[in-house]
Amino acid sequence: MIYWEKELEVLSRKELEKIQVERLRKTLSQAAHSPYYGELFRKLHITPEKIDRVEQIRELPFTTKQDLRDHYPYGFLTLPKRDIIRLHSSSGTTGNPTVIFHNRHDISSWANLMARSLFCAGVRDTDVFQNIVGYGLFTGGLGFQYGIERLGALSIPAGAGNSQRQIKLMRDYGTTVIHAIPSYLGRLYEVFQAEGLDPQRDTELRLLVIGAEPHTEEQRRRIEEMFGVKAFNSFGLSEMNGPGVAFECEYQSGLHIWEDAYMVEIVDPQTLHPVADGEYGELVMTTLDREGMPLVRYRTRDITRILPGDCPCGRTHRRIDRITGRSDDMFIIKGCNVYPMQIEGVLLKIPEVGADYLITLDTLNGSDEMIVEVEVKRDWFNGDVARLDKLTRQITNQIRDEVLTKPIVRLVEPGSIPKSEGKAVRVRDLRAALKAGNYSA
Amino acid sequence: MIAKQVSVFLENKSGRLNEVTQILGDAGINISAFSIADTSDFGVLRMIVPDPEKAVEVLRDHDFSVQTTRVILLNSPNQPGSLAATLKILSAENVFLEYLYAFSMNENTAVIVIRPTDIDKCMEVINRNREALESGGSHFQI
Repeated sequence: MIYWEKELEVLSRKELEKIQVERLRKTLSQAAHSPYYGELFRKLHITPEKIDRVEQIRELPFTTKQDLRDHYPYGFLTLPKRDIIRLHSSSGTTGNPTVIFHNRHDISSWANLMARSLFCAGVRDTDVFQNIVGYGLFTGGLGFQYGIERLGALSIPAGAGNSQRQIKLMRDYGTTVIHAIPSYLGRLYEVFQAEGLDPQRDTELRLLVIGAEPHTEEQRRRIEEMFGVKAFNSFGLSEMNGPGVAFECEYQSGLHIWEDAYMVEIVDPQTLHPVADGEYGELVMTTLDREGMPLVRYRTRDITRILPGDCPCGRTHRRIDRITGRSDDMFIIKGCNVYPMQIEGVLLKIPEVGADYLITLDTLNGSDEMIVEVEVKRDWFNGDVARLDKLTRQITNQIRDEVLTKPIVRLVEPGSIPKSEGKAVRVRDLRAALKAGNYSA
Repeated sequence: MIAKQVSVFLENKSGRLNEVTQILGDAGINISAFSIADTSDFGVLRMIVPDPEKAVEVLRDHDFSVQTTRVILLNSPNQPGSLAATLKILSAENVFLEYLYAFSMNENTAVIVIRPTDIDKCMEVINRNREALESGGSHFQI
């Protein structure tokens, strides 16, 4: 048996669309209970009962991250708080955070999608699953945790970091599956080597799950070679619960996106018109099975495409390609979503440096790094090296507190950073990266 | 004597030091001594030049971050043990140094460039110990 829920995973497209229409109607009725959609639907005369074809989704309004921020925290909530049992939120120190509320049904539905995803990649209840990502508000921790438990494997909620302890856990308990961000696995492998161990010989590992960070197919293959097992791609975003939105099956060719739980559209980010299957555009998603906080036509800003054709695994849920970029300026480094505006906000508060900056994302010694170059103000420089060092540390710490990952800060001469003309490029991405999976908080 | 040292902020980028020396050379400014304090990402070039004001002016004209810093120039005998003798006196009097560097004037004389945390205290200590400094060798000159 290769399916978690055969009756849902191999439905004919016609049957699947029938479920989508029913669930879309239900979702819209539920959404209308929230202050935001309630008012919007009244204004636009949207009546859920009139929906009887999936194409009618195109008549509905889009929802953006800005809408979520503008109506923070409760504007999208459809239920009284007593019915809500969990929230996940982004750090969002620049603006309002993005917060998603879940009721008991939502958490259960998410756990099931996550279990289905893991099962799809080949995880079974006989596995020992070590989840090496941060718990807490980051959805990759609890999202996987509930899915592993629902599937019935033995879960080790290891959390992120401390590679020596991770290796000890793996060896003591015979870990067979791990989930981690791809850049961390390179580091973990180095620690294996430093301890004189070989993961292929000294562990019982049989499968890897990777996500939450951009990586190329080549990086995936390298990780597979290091650990001697297959690595499966995971995709999700916190607005759509987190992980468990789309997942690779044994064929590793695209990620099945669960269409009974999400309505999927790919649109041209400029015209917002749908593009044909196979063409790249922005992924737009509608929740179909969420009660506490349904989202309608949410613009993910992730650029991908629908892979045309059937998958040999027999699942009829369509596959999306790796995320190849963003339609805004957000980037992901070490699993953290970062907007250049956040970095700018930090720098503006430091009088010793100018407002010009350049962010370079690069792979240094096998690890992805964010390098932030800032100009020291001419008049502030007094020849004191210790003072410059102190400033470097101060900027490093403040950026880390803001974006939750430590940058490499470089002070440069005034005037050496190309001056911005209008909306200049502030970010150079030298990681030859195609993005995949960004379910960071 | 107290002199004005010229400090220049430099990125770790090939050719920057060359540019500074070229600019000073073109302006007819001789560099008597220099040292570079560097970290992995940037460096600070420190120079003793005959005309620091002019050096600052030409470098600023070329958009460099330049500052002058007060340092002490101490002539000392160019022979083994004279630097040790100087440092011994300074440390006995609790004078803390941020950095120092030195250059030889000729076979007989070397110049020590000293940047103490408290320049007035350091000068006072040196003046007070003038005799001890001079007894160590032939011609300490402050």
